[in-house]
Parts: sequence; structure tokens; C-alpha cells
Amino acid sequence: MPMTEQEIFTSFGGLVEEFTGMSAGDVAPGADLTEDLDVDSLAMVEIITAAQEKFGVDIPDKELKHLKTVQDVVSYVQRAQRSIVSA
Amino acid sequence: MTGLGAVTPLGADVDGTWAALLAGRSGVSRLTESWADELPVRIAARVDLDFSTMIPVRQLRRMDRSQQLALIAARQAWRDAGAPDVAPDRLGVSIATGVGGMSSMLDAHDRLKEGGWQKLSPYTIPMLMPNGAAAWVGIELGARAGLHTAVSACASSAEAIGYGLQLIRSGRADVVVAGGAEAAILPLGIGGFAVMRALSLRNDEPERASRPFDKGRDGFVMGEGAGMLVLESASHAAKRGADVHAIAAGVGYSADAYHLAQPRPDGVGSALAIQRALADAQVNPEQVVHVNAHATSTQVGDAAEALAIRQAFGPTTGDLIVSATKSMTGHLLGASGAVESIAAIRALCERLAPPTINLENADDAVTETGLRIFGEPCALSGGGRGRLPAVAISNSFGFGGHNVTLAFMTA
Repeated sequence: MPMTEQEIFTSFGGLVEEFTGMSAGDVAPGADLTEDLDVDSLAMVEIITAAQEKFGVDIPDKELKHLKTVQDVVSYVQRAQRSIVSA
Repeated sequence: MTGLGAVTPLGADVDGTWAALLAGRSGVSRLTESWADELPVRIAARVDLDFSTMIPVRQLRRMDRSQQLALIAARQAWRDAGAPDVAPDRLGVSIATGVGGMSSMLDAHDRLKEGGWQKLSPYTIPMLMPNGAAAWVGIELGARAGLHTAVSACASSAEAIGYGLQLIRSGRADVVVAGGAEAAILPLGIGGFAVMRALSLRNDEPERASRPFDKGRDGFVMGEGAGMLVLESASHAAKRGADVHAIAAGVGYSADAYHLAQPRPDGVGSALAIQRALADAQVNPEQVVHVNAHATSTQVGDAAEALAIRQAFGPTTGDLIVSATKSMTGHLLGASGAVESIAAIRALCERLAPPTINLENADDAVTETGLRIFGEPCALSGGGRGRLPAVAISNSFGFGGHNVTLAFMTA
């Protein structure tokens, strides 16, 4: 059962908080992972690895350059979950 | 030296460690983990401290335990020095370890075997690299003069302090954070030393297991921890009116060129390091009032060191008070030189040598050298018959044949 956009957003905010120390309440959809949330390339690997496990989707390395903001990740996860269900 | 920091099996800081040393308390205890049941050695000297109150959890899991210990001790030393206002380009770091992130390497290997490379943390390499501890400290303090990591087994942190001293003398830095950290109380660490027959098997008497210079010694006890010093040029310290604990007066290096894991039984290599440290510090043997010995509690090592001290000091050997603080801390491997330097500096400052515990029957080979070693704290004399500054030295020797002696002088 795919999660709603809000569910993914809340859950992903928790991951960002866990790996960056940034309060989940401060993680806005439009927040830039690098500029606003101080996610460096290694922390990005940590967060994406955890997100893959949490949401049950694959996020290939080649997609990472397109995932600039929190909303980018949320939208990608939502699409990926739906494609799994419809497959 | 304007700052000291330590996290040891005896205390969470320098004051706690020093008080326990003077009280003659052992930091050795039984290992309670199930893995220890399979090993011949089931004792060690652990640091019992919750790091999560000092470092955020998200950062802790990106750091090896040795790096965590290093950062905590370095912060203490930095605070003790009054957080010197120094230009980043003039602040250096020289922090050593004997084995690096052994725990992290083993954990990562388990993950690799179980889940493949994708399951590795992206911090795997930074956690296992031996210079990781230096890097964490250097980044936190913004040190840009240079970042260095000596690796010379159990002489590592003594060598790091020596290098720190040279960084300042050479003019490359005004302030250097120097020391070492180690955390290898693991099945591989214990098993590896046990199979060399280097560790004490006195499992039923943990507190009596580390007994340097005693006839009944049967090997060292593995310890963990970190020791850090803030070294500062005399002019920089004077300009800011800093309190100076002691002067890092000299360093002496030598190598045995004898055996990978045994010292020369005649002590010639270690004696050379002591002599070179005194020459480098431009002090007379008569000025030396105290020796913090490497003395790990092994048969060959302790006897060889007693001979080395005798060779270096000759007839003045009887004027020295020798302390073997590993009798209480256990052997902190690559961190031992830094922690023992701190003990030697405190001894010099307070004119009080810490005791050597468990010395019930001194080895004949030690007694014959005329070393004076006591089971109680012992007052130190003024040195040089009161005319010249008193000096304390700290010896550190490492597998491979590394010998390093540091000389500290009253400020």
C-alpha cells in the first residue's frame, strides 16, 4: 500500500533529523538538502540508504543529482512506491 | 604545556585519573561479554563513560570509539589551556593511535559479509583510518598548520607529542594539540596479544594482574583511553598570560633493530632514547627526579627497561623515583605515552610520584639496578640539588623496536 505524500514527508523528515540533528519541524518541503539542511555527500548516502529501507524502494545513484530538495525525494519515493504497486 | 586532557580507565578527566593514581586504585576488571568466555584472557581496563552526553549520537555513530575518546580528551585539554586564541594557520594537531579504528573495521567487515557493500556506512573508511582521530580534532578546532598521525605501536602517542614539540620548534605552529587514543578491547585485540603470550592470565584477580617489576608478573593488561596535551610556544603562552603546567623540554628517539615484538634484553636501545631526550632537553641526569616507566608487566620488557634506566643514569639512578602507572591503568597501547606523560607532568607539578601497585616481590633483575619504586605516593626532590629545574621523563616503547622518551621540566 503506497504511503500518502504527507506520510512520506513526515517519515523522511524523521530520517533527516536522525542523520543531521536538524529538527524534523524545520524540514520544509522546499528545503535544499545541501544548502539548507547541511547534508554532505556522505550524509546523503546515509539518508538515502535509510530511505530505501524505510520506504521499500530503490533510489539509484544516477537519480541523486536530481534530488535537491526534500520535496524531490518525497515525490521520487511516492512515484517509486506507486510503480511497485502497479507493476 | 598549557593544557591537559585525559579519559582513562581510572577517570573521566585528568583530575579523576590523577586522584585514582595517587589512591593506588586499579582500573582493571573482568570482561562480562560472552565473547570473552572463549578467550584465555577475560580481564581489561575499560573506560566506563557515556559518550552520548558529550557528542551527539548522529556524530558518535560516524566515529570509531578511539576517535570519540580522542575528541573528548582533546576538548578537555583545549578548555584546560583556556581555549587559546591562535591563528588557524598556526594551530597544529599531532594525534596518534596504535591500531586505529579496529572496532569499526571489524563491524564493517561483518556488514560486508552479511549484506554486501551497499550495507557499509559511508563513514567506514574515515572510521577505520588511523588519522581519523586527528582529523576530528583538527576539524573541530579549525587547525590548519598541519595534521599528523604517528603510528609506532605502543610508542605512538609519545612520538606524536615529540613531533608536536618539533612542529613548534621548527616554527610551523604556535600551538599544537598532541596525544593519542586507543580502543582495542575486542576479541581480535585480546586474542591477538594473547596468542603472543603477551597478556596476563590472572583472570581471577583482575586488580592484581598488572604488576610491573614484580617477580610474579605474567604479561600486560589491555586498556583503552586517550590523553591529550596542548603544547604552546613559550612566547605565545607568555603573550596571552597562560598558565603553564610544565615545559616540554626534549624528546629522544631510538630503535632496537632487534625483534618485531621483543625489546633488546640489554636495554641498550631504550637507554639511547633516554640519553637523547636528556641531551635534547639540555639537562643533566642529576636534574631528573622522576621516571614514568613504560613497564607493561611483561617479563622481558620490565627487566630490560630497568637496565636501560640504570645505563642512562648510572650512579644517580638511586636519586630517581620510578613509577609504573600501568599497574593501575593497564596498558593503553598507542595512548599510553600521552596518558603517562600527563601523569609525569602532574607528578612534577605536585612533587609527588604516583605509586606502583602490586609490587610485592621486586624482580631480582630490577633490584640489582638500584631502581627505587614504591607502593605509596612518594615525594619528589627539587632536582639538581635544588639549583636547577627538576625534570621528569616518560618512557614509551613499541612493538617493532620503537623507543621514545619525553622529558618535562618544571615551569
